[in-house]
Amino acid sequence: MSVQGTALVDYADAVKRYDPVLGIEVHVELGTRTKMFDAAEASFGAEPNSQTTPVSLGLPGALPVVNGKAVEYAIRIGLALNCEIAEYCRFARKNYFYPDVPKNFQTSQYDEPIAYDGWVDVELEDGTVFRVEIERAHMEEDAGKNTHVGGATGRIHGAEYSLVDYNRAGIPLVEIVTRPIEGAGERAPEVARAYVQTLRDIFRALDVSEARMERGNVRADVNVSLRPTPESPLGTRTETKNVNSFRSVERAVRYEISRQAAVLDAGATVVQETRHFHEDTGSTSSGRVKSDAEDYRYFPEPDLVPLTPSREWVEEIRASLPELPAARRRRLQGEWGYADAEMRDVVNAGALDLIEATVAGGASPAAARKWWMGELARYAKQTETALTEVAITPAQIAQLQSLVDSGRINDKLARQVLEGVLAGEGDPEQVVTARGLEIVSDDGALLAAVDEALAAQPDVVEKVRAGNQGPVGAIIGAVMKATKGQADAKRVRELVLERIGS
Amino acid sequence: MSTISRDEVARVAALARIDLRPEEVDRLAGELDVIVESIAKVNEVATPDVPATSHPLPLTNVFREDVPEPALPVADVLASAPAAEDGRFAVPQILGEE
Repeated sequence: MSVQGTALVDYADAVKRYDPVLGIEVHVELGTRTKMFDAAEASFGAEPNSQTTPVSLGLPGALPVVNGKAVEYAIRIGLALNCEIAEYCRFARKNYFYPDVPKNFQTSQYDEPIAYDGWVDVELEDGTVFRVEIERAHMEEDAGKNTHVGGATGRIHGAEYSLVDYNRAGIPLVEIVTRPIEGAGERAPEVARAYVQTLRDIFRALDVSEARMERGNVRADVNVSLRPTPESPLGTRTETKNVNSFRSVERAVRYEISRQAAVLDAGATVVQETRHFHEDTGSTSSGRVKSDAEDYRYFPEPDLVPLTPSREWVEEIRASLPELPAARRRRLQGEWGYADAEMRDVVNAGALDLIEATVAGGASPAAARKWWMGELARYAKQTETALTEVAITPAQIAQLQSLVDSGRINDKLARQVLEGVLAGEGDPEQVVTARGLEIVSDDGALLAAVDEALAAQPDVVEKVRAGNQGPVGAIIGAVMKATKGQADAKRVRELVLERIGS
Repeated sequence: MSTISRDEVARVAALARIDLRPEEVDRLAGELDVIVESIAKVNEVATPDVPATSHPLPLTNVFREDVPEPALPVADVLASAPAAEDGRFAVPQILGEE
């Protein structure tokens, strides 16, 4: 149990000598208005126990009715993960006793999941594509929420009692189960993280869930086992439950690989058990041993009739699927003409939506990328904010770029305009006006500055008249300085030469 | 010949949190045996083309619209709680895990 006492093998060493195999179960709460089997609202953050009905409380005689929208969402998820959709399937009771399951069983699916035999391609940060095979996706309901009172750390052990809110009980869930993920080797933690992230992005694109990790809309159970070589039979696995952020998924896998390697090195066997992940230390600790108590006595749910999604309905849903994130990235890269590495940087920086909106606002893809990945990425880093949180909109960037394109400001002035927008001085147009940053294109105003500079440097004028154009830069520099950089340098040069020549 | 052993009855009872005395285990083993044997007769008449069924009604795809209906008042919900605190059910300390 003691985390301090756990022996660990250095990660690099562990993956050199052992082949890790993963299995990931992801639960996603569907964004339906009502619960899976009753019409109580399924929204987040309501007053405790204010969203229950006799069904979600498991009161005697209450009868469930399936939420058709939830079934449609489950099929959407199945199709997006390249699954087959069952022609016939049923719900089943999974019997266990826990205070957050008021019926003493969870209505789930057992051997007849609604979707099965799929796959999803997961793109790692360096562009490597790793295919994860999906065994099944099935429908079930969430449990209530326990709050443990009296324990020193809020964890269960040491809690004196628990408080239960049943608002979450009965919210529709889809659980997605992978086949064993083999061949990831030392990149297993990264693959695990990218897989969960890919699913989250798909849920959002499908609009089936808000998929907010911090609210627990998406939760992962991560199975890890080690074997000496890829040819060896699968080793004994542990299941780390409820890992609820991308980073935690990566850390939990990494930790289990190091820990199990130490167990195996010592000649001991890995205990098949569930484990808890600890955010603060990045470690896992023993939960409960998988045993006879795991017998859930599944049986078909007698209160619900079977589902037989018609092929017409399934095809209708398939036809209505939106463009998925991976396809969208490919399309946008093609449209924008970005190189692979450029596109990857954009995606990893979370700038895809920002650039798309900036391009939609009229900027060229190259200019949009230049702003977001250059000046603004630097600003975000300096101020330690996410790029999406920077106080400027894609429309404002598009406007800024159009000011540059039309020659009203130059790049140097544009950076000052940007400063103004970030400082809350308004849209780029307003900042240009308020700060007087427009390029001086009025020849009259420029000529005055040119004449002044010529008069100040008669020696340069002499040299240029004698046919040496080299020193003319000194005059131009003086003019630019006099106009605070707001002159068009090309026009200044023309005017200077005209004046000297005349 | 008994197909349901005492051990099985005791195990299933434990899973279902039913506290049985030894004599009850003995009696139920015999009774469950009769029930299982009776139901097994169905296998004798069911040919392979008869699908397994879990529901007597010829219905499928009974769905509800995703439209909220009023929830139970919180006071009514908590009226059946053995104890309540902060609008929630108070239950004994839970040993085990989340």
